[in-house]
Amino acid sequence: MTVTDDQGQAPGSPALTELPEDVEIATEEGKRLASLLQDSERHARKLLEVKNLSTHFFTADGTVHAVDDVSFELDYGETLGLVGESGCGKSVTALSLTRLVPDPPGKIVAGEILFDGVNVMKLSSNEMRLLRGKRIGFIFQDPMTSLNPTLTVGYQITESARIHMGLSRKAADDRAAELLSKVGIPRAKDRMRDYPHQFSGGMRQRVMIAIALACDPMLLLADEPTTALDVTIQAQILELIRSLSEEFGTAVILITHDLGIAAGMCNRVNVMYAGRIVETGKVDDLFEKPQMPYAWGLLDSLPRLDEIKGERLRTIEGLPPDLIDPGAECRFSPRCPYARDVCREGEPELSERAEAGHLARCFGTEPGGWIQ
Amino acid sequence: MTNAGDNGNALIQVENLQVFFPITAGLFQRRVGEVRAVDDITFEIRKGETLGLVGESGCGKSTTGRALIRLREATGGSVRFDGTDLTQLSTRELRRLRRRMQIIFQDPYSSLNPRMTVGSIISEPIETHNLAANKQAKMQRVRELLALVGLNPNYTNRYPHEFSGGQRQRIGIARALAVEPEFIVCDEPISALDVSIQAQVLNLLIELREQFGLTYLFIAHDLSVVRHISDRVGVMYLGKLVELGPPTAIYETPGHPYTRALLSAVPIPDPKAERRRKRVILTGDVPSPANPPSGCRFHTRCWLYEQLGRPENCRTEDPELRVVATDHRAACHYAEEALQSDVGVAHIAGEQPQRRAFGTGVGVAPVAPVAATAVAEPPPADGDGQSTKTG
Repeated sequence: MTVTDDQGQAPGSPALTELPEDVEIATEEGKRLASLLQDSERHARKLLEVKNLSTHFFTADGTVHAVDDVSFELDYGETLGLVGESGCGKSVTALSLTRLVPDPPGKIVAGEILFDGVNVMKLSSNEMRLLRGKRIGFIFQDPMTSLNPTLTVGYQITESARIHMGLSRKAADDRAAELLSKVGIPRAKDRMRDYPHQFSGGMRQRVMIAIALACDPMLLLADEPTTALDVTIQAQILELIRSLSEEFGTAVILITHDLGIAAGMCNRVNVMYAGRIVETGKVDDLFEKPQMPYAWGLLDSLPRLDEIKGERLRTIEGLPPDLIDPGAECRFSPRCPYARDVCREGEPELSERAEAGHLARCFGTEPGGWIQ
Repeated sequence: MTNAGDNGNALIQVENLQVFFPITAGLFQRRVGEVRAVDDITFEIRKGETLGLVGESGCGKSTTGRALIRLREATGGSVRFDGTDLTQLSTRELRRLRRRMQIIFQDPYSSLNPRMTVGSIISEPIETHNLAANKQAKMQRVRELLALVGLNPNYTNRYPHEFSGGQRQRIGIARALAVEPEFIVCDEPISALDVSIQAQVLNLLIELREQFGLTYLFIAHDLSVVRHISDRVGVMYLGKLVELGPPTAIYETPGHPYTRALLSAVPIPDPKAERRRKRVILTGDVPSPANPPSGCRFHTRCWLYEQLGRPENCRTEDPELRVVATDHRAACHYAEEALQSDVGVAHIAGEQPQRRAFGTGVGVAPVAPVAATAVAEPPPADGDGQSTKTG
């Protein structure tokens, strides 16, 4: 790592185009990445294209098909929700995008990930680090465990800025203070010297967001960013993510189990179940008329704040399937009250519904199907 | 289910309850201050009703729940259960009364002893209170309880780790029901569960309430869930009860600015409703209960206080929980102004959100879903239940 003491560097206008000198660009794909990083023009039509991604975990009990043949796209500046219950594969999908799946036992066994046209699967690990640091920011669920308790927050924010932007200590400090006040931390300059335990849960999550934004990413991966927080603090953090992503034009992949958060934050939503995307569509279409019984059942099982105490909640009976041997049938069919023999004989493909971009994996709601 | 009567109908009467935790320092654990977890709250729970208690972490709702069944000692005030002041009872008298009150905990992973079989977990309270004549009767009762909460009665020999989160919570419920209580404190009973499992457990709690005429104190941070299950709702902030009333009042015409802020922070799974709402986002964190703000404890974050030009009495006088409408109390000097506001409320007057009823209609006989909770499995095979010798 080289940290030049370049006092001429104006704070707040980091050298986006500089590449750190220690990263060796080895592969062809790496050269494309380097040229991409050196000019901020948009290259491809989509920021992210994921094609047939499968990530499996090889455990003593067998192969867990955590993510199975998942494809989706993300536009520049778009907010996409990945929703589903625990174990549905939403977090593993996000980890796969940045090749952070713990290996062993996990492995991306198939698929292609194009980030702004660059094939992520072909990058060397050094080049991958460059991509993660400069173009992708992370916000994790638990700000207590994802910050280093032994380093000041100032150091943790400046670390990536110094490595990936080649900023001097002074310039990086200025940038960190600017970011901290941007994420709503009062007395930002003083608080740079504080350690994570001196911040409350909500404030720690703000620090995480400052770190994620330090290198001006094009994509923010937010994995259950507010699950550990109280509801009024959750509202603050969501508002912050929304306003910052608008201000910087950052695309966001928001992973959540809370359909209410997805409804309020996202442009589009992918619903995942048992390692598959089972429904995708614009947020209004999907919530208005879900086309996959799982998404529908999930929505109907939620008590609503704006609803007078009604009848018994309708529920989805049973539990999600074991992903070690998911079988060839529709993975929701054992729990689906609408399932017919055809659903147990083979799995439907994601197919178009009435609205543009609204796809679902269900025989019953296909045109001419038996579910209205 | 609503047994909304007068105070004569109260099963539990809480008066000026205080629970403080000492803050100690130094070698000799000198007392240097106290955390006022629950600070002077008064309310009652009527027979057969479900009182929901909401608030953010640290507001004192769980401590209140525990103090109500004396799992926490009160620092001041009294808790009357069916007329008897619990705070004055001896341990023995208390144990007798404990049979009538139970608690269900949040975390189904840590609230069950991993080394005990399900059978011994559920039969333990039956033994403690001598509720079964002999071993056979006891095991018969355990099987009944398992069936009651939707688990396979043959599972008495299994250990907690063999069950999913939702099933474990059912075991916790069966244990609470074992002594045939009248009153159950449900402390965040579904917050650790996955969305599709939450509704199952919530329905179970409602069914049991109807079947046995139970009275619940339902503690949760999820306001939508509380609305669904409660006959009345209390809102807590920093150790104080700031509002109390029926769900329609709390959710449609709240009289405390904190309640409005809380409501506006709850996400609704409907993009259109989300866009329509008038929100207020509170700034800052909840202050420390060891050093609460003077006057009204909420004034440091209150949007109404700002709107009204920072009136002095908010900073100097602690507002009392006073009647603002029928059966509706709020602790705000300016509750009338709060009542008039439209902040936070998700409702459109007279309108109910449209639901497409899942699992019904379409002229197809729904197939029986695979019974993961295994109620539908065949009756007990011999040998299975008999080997439960623990406990």
